Amino acid sequence: MFEICLPVLLGGKCIPSGALFGQLLIGLINGSFYALLSLGLAVIFGMLNIINFSHGAQYMLGAFVAYLMLQYSGLGYWPALIIAPLIVGLTGVIIERVFLQWLYKLDHLYGLLLTFGLALIIEGVVRNQYGSAGLPYTMPDSLRGGQNLGFMFLPNYRAWVIVASLGVCIGTWFVIERTRLGAYLRAATENPTLVRAFGINVPVMITLTYGFGVALAAFAGVMAAPIYNVSPQMGSELIIVVFAVVVIGGMGSILGAIVTGFGLGVVEGLTKVFFPEASNTVIFVIMAIVLLVRPAGLFGRRA
Amino acid sequence: MLDVTAPLLAVKELQAWYGESHILHGVDFDVREGEVVTLLGRNGAGKTTTMKSIMGIVGQRTGSVRFEGNELIGKQSNQIARAGIALCPEERGIFASLSVEENLLLPPVIRPGGLSLDKIFELFPNLKERLGSSQGTKLSGGEQQMLAIGRILRTGARLLLLDEPTEGLAPVIIQQIGKTIRSLKQQGFTILLVEQNFRFASTVADRYYVMEHGRIIDQFSNSELDANVEKLHEYLGV
Repeated sequence: MFEICLPVLLGGKCIPSGALFGQLLIGLINGSFYALLSLGLAVIFGMLNIINFSHGAQYMLGAFVAYLMLQYSGLGYWPALIIAPLIVGLTGVIIERVFLQWLYKLDHLYGLLLTFGLALIIEGVVRNQYGSAGLPYTMPDSLRGGQNLGFMFLPNYRAWVIVASLGVCIGTWFVIERTRLGAYLRAATENPTLVRAFGINVPVMITLTYGFGVALAAFAGVMAAPIYNVSPQMGSELIIVVFAVVVIGGMGSILGAIVTGFGLGVVEGLTKVFFPEASNTVIFVIMAIVLLVRPAGLFGRRA
Repeated sequence: MLDVTAPLLAVKELQAWYGESHILHGVDFDVREGEVVTLLGRNGAGKTTTMKSIMGIVGQRTGSVRFEGNELIGKQSNQIARAGIALCPEERGIFASLSVEENLLLPPVIRPGGLSLDKIFELFPNLKERLGSSQGTKLSGGEQQMLAIGRILRTGARLLLLDEPTEGLAPVIIQQIGKTIRSLKQQGFTILLVEQNFRFASTVADRYYVMEHGRIIDQFSNSELDANVEKLHEYLGV
């Protein structure tokens, strides 16, 4: 173990390396969830022009579906990681067809209010059924334990969360930026009418995009279940920070959402080490500064 | 069996609206297989709206648009595209978030019979040189127009709708586009062209329709052009 010291100008505070790396790890874990959630928001906003305020509730639903699968059918973590996002994604498809498709030509405010209302309803129903105390969800046996890296202890499950989140983020980025399907999506974001006049069924593409964005939130929810308790308010606690991340990264920017998600998780972790009083507000301070200096966000395209 | 004497595209009593405003008031014309037909008319006469109505991207439309004998008036634009019609829009519609290559490969192939990429590069050698460009909208206006035409030649569409392909371009590029249209006609494409520049149109078209206030008010063939020049000047205000 060794100590890391800040320059005297910044207070000269010294921190044991274990604490520093521990907080860095927590920062990366939080960043994994920020990145997954803001990626889904960015994909949805880019294609649907909808600010999906029910994203946090859909993240919570992912965790709850995983919990219920274990309770009632004995299906554990690994099946839940696939099935819960599919189920929640399907509810997203229904929400898009029944509600959202009527709002695209209206002001952003309508989509925001509708999805905010849905979030309140979903959260209320779940709270009514299961109460607001957290329900435990057990970690899969294969990911118990951890590695001693010498300078810190790395729990296996946390390493898995970071790797899985990075993998899903990079995979999504690759599909959108480097494949034919992604070219359709990007083109339809710019000019849906013309893309449709080339013979592509844009409305179906929009529906599936919403389903996919929602499924990403549910995937994050399943991954969160063994770390945090499964509770109705787990999404609303997180979603405010995630919206700040999206604003900092730039609405609708895929790469921006991923990089800012992980980056801000780490910044938050480091703040906890060096200036714990500010750790809950640092992201909002950064958001205010970014809004003043670059209103379109760090990676935003439109000015 | 398709009646060979029937037109490839038959437009009858076509009316169209943008919201409250009634733009087309009963447009009638047809295009036969292998022809290049030009819609002439002043700004606001309804030429572009006619193109968009055929393609199904106007809010509300009534009347009849028959292509290869099939009625298209109630169809969505993605179904109309898959029936074999392709649009090169007036504003060109090159996507900024797509590379030149992605722009070129964007429209899906809807049936066999489209041009190969090599054939497209033969028509537009510039495109091949600019293929690596990261952003479609970084091309010059002329190159963007070539890209907008080139990308719909791959799809196998039989009827091409070209909306003012020469607008705002240098004379040497207009010549190249004229050459391209003649070459496409030779290869069996049928083309409906919207033009304000009838000098350009006269180098490529077989027949002309003149539009005013959302209606067809006159028509003549290329051989009758000289006899109609004065009338045309009056129609077009040139």
